Amino acid sequence: MNYNNLIKIALRALNNNKFRGFLTMLGIIIGVASVISMLAIGQGSKRSIRAQISEMGSNMIMIHPGAERFGGVRQSASSMQSLKLADYEVIARDADYISHCTPSVNSSGQAIYGANNTPTTMYGVNEDYLDIRKYSVGEGEFFTDADTKKAAKVCVIGKTVAEKLFPNGQDPLGKTIRFNSIPFKVIGILTPKGYNSMGMDQDDLIIAPFSTVQKRLLAIDYIQGIYASALSEECSQDAIDEISVILREQHKIKPGDEDDFNVRSQEELSSMLGSTTDLMTVLLACIAGISLLVGGIGIMNIMYVSVTERTREIGLRMSIGAKGYHILLQFLIEAVIISFAGGIIGVLLGIGASAAIKYIAGWPIFIQPYSVILSFAVCTLTGIFFGWYPAQKAARLDPIEAIRYE
Amino acid sequence: MAQSIIQIKNIRRDFIVGNETVHALRGVSFDIAPGEFVTIMGTSGSGKSTLLNILGCLDTPTSGEYYLDGVSVRQMGKNDRATLRNLKIGFVFQSYNLLPKTTAIENVELPLLYNPAVSAHERHERAIKALDQVGLHDRMHHRSNQMSGGQQQRVAIARALVNNPVIILADEATGNLDTRTSFEILTLFQSLHASGRTIIFVTHNPEIAQFSSRNITLRDGHITDDTVNHNIRSAAEVLATLPKEDE
Repeated sequence: MNYNNLIKIALRALNNNKFRGFLTMLGIIIGVASVISMLAIGQGSKRSIRAQISEMGSNMIMIHPGAERFGGVRQSASSMQSLKLADYEVIARDADYISHCTPSVNSSGQAIYGANNTPTTMYGVNEDYLDIRKYSVGEGEFFTDADTKKAAKVCVIGKTVAEKLFPNGQDPLGKTIRFNSIPFKVIGILTPKGYNSMGMDQDDLIIAPFSTVQKRLLAIDYIQGIYASALSEECSQDAIDEISVILREQHKIKPGDEDDFNVRSQEELSSMLGSTTDLMTVLLACIAGISLLVGGIGIMNIMYVSVTERTREIGLRMSIGAKGYHILLQFLIEAVIISFAGGIIGVLLGIGASAAIKYIAGWPIFIQPYSVILSFAVCTLTGIFFGWYPAQKAARLDPIEAIRYE
Repeated sequence: MAQSIIQIKNIRRDFIVGNETVHALRGVSFDIAPGEFVTIMGTSGSGKSTLLNILGCLDTPTSGEYYLDGVSVRQMGKNDRATLRNLKIGFVFQSYNLLPKTTAIENVELPLLYNPAVSAHERHERAIKALDQVGLHDRMHHRSNQMSGGQQQRVAIARALVNNPVIILADEATGNLDTRTSFEILTLFQSLHASGRTIIFVTHNPEIAQFSSRNITLRDGHITDDTVNHNIRSAAEVLATLPKEDE
């Protein structure tokens, strides 16, 4: 049997029922389009989160005092004081997998200049902080080692703080602002970074030498954290392990005892957020997949009705020489044409809808080629799967009864 | 005499309905030679439909032999019988059985679509020729639902002719038509007969027997009568006597 002929036969049959064919197709179109646009939304948000995280410094490593705890409040005040400046010095000296390292202390408070004030956070760090957090100084300059040594009262401010304290376009450089009553001279302004993926304003901060913040502002002898950056994203785990070993030795922790600090990498955070968006993607795809399934059932339903309605036609075809498998293939091809055409339209519609979502709602969209191929393959298989049973029923008809069917 | 087109020997066909066995055919035998126009008559329940199904290779006998054009059909499988139907038999049904919303030529081409040996071009040529033979050349592209009953039956006859079958099987082919159209169709059958076609016409209408060359009567699964008709009436003449309808 010539397959061209069978395709021709199937096309003619579909042509006779254009509207019904279209309605059947609609189920598949909606299914495929929703699978594609849902996956595009899921992938798009995952990518944008990853991009923002790597902007924050994807190879950043954070060391905080206190053991890692899940549930149960055991963080006593003293446990939060376990990191000392000496720890930073040892890490900076001995760790091989890190390129930059800074101690960190911070204080929330009110920054005041003249009649203007704003609540913000002051971070006490050294100059490595810029590289670790991917900040850069836009105007002015950053403080030096010498400033750190003498605990100089200088600071670098973020764009948001600059705008709040100097609303009339005054140049903040060289001005002295007060933070929790202590005067700081503004020596630089950071290049703006905008909001991060958690919605935090990354420009709402003041950076000062850690010695100044630790001694003059907080008057503490410990540090609140250490930030480092691994040589590369890939070796962040090695860096974490190395730092843990160094700190355990430094803190004289016996083997088997719990750490009194915890080390995390940005990479962990990134993959955690990634898995959240993955879950969202899977959920969206499931919902869309269900609509594809419903579309498939629609095909089955219509093919079923069609077989019953065309019983006489089937009987006639058989009596003039069509074999069972000709009839089977004819109906199967019809089902596949419906789902295939529906798939093509659905893919186009899905891409269009994704573009529309991006344009109208401004959501990040990313269409992965595999999602197009996948949904297309699934809908074709759906056609075969749901077309098979009705086609089988048609092929098994007895021509004698079928031809006289009323 | 040339080899028989159809040769059936002591054919029986039993159906099992519930716990009972129904004997539809109880030993039927006859030969049909090329060029015969045979009517098979019988009331309903006489077994003529069963016989037609067997002759048309849609069904196989419970016992007995059936040779179509020298080939034994009894042991054939479903697919082989389908091929045989495709190549050797032309069916004409009471209710035409044209494909809905399909043009005349597409309907006529249909049997050839299932014959891989026929090219698209040849299919088209042969369909045109068949439509010529039934006088529907100018309605080739009319759809089946735009045609009258008589025209639809002509298309069906063209469809039966297109594969150049050894036998045409007509099942009450005039049953759905008014008197005048019936005679038109009968005239067509007679002209096909005159051109050498072998035709079997199954009917319950005794009148039609006068127009065929031979008549077989069935009753309760037996042949009760098998006579050759030497006085074939011309359907064309009868048609001429009928009052013309205003069109």
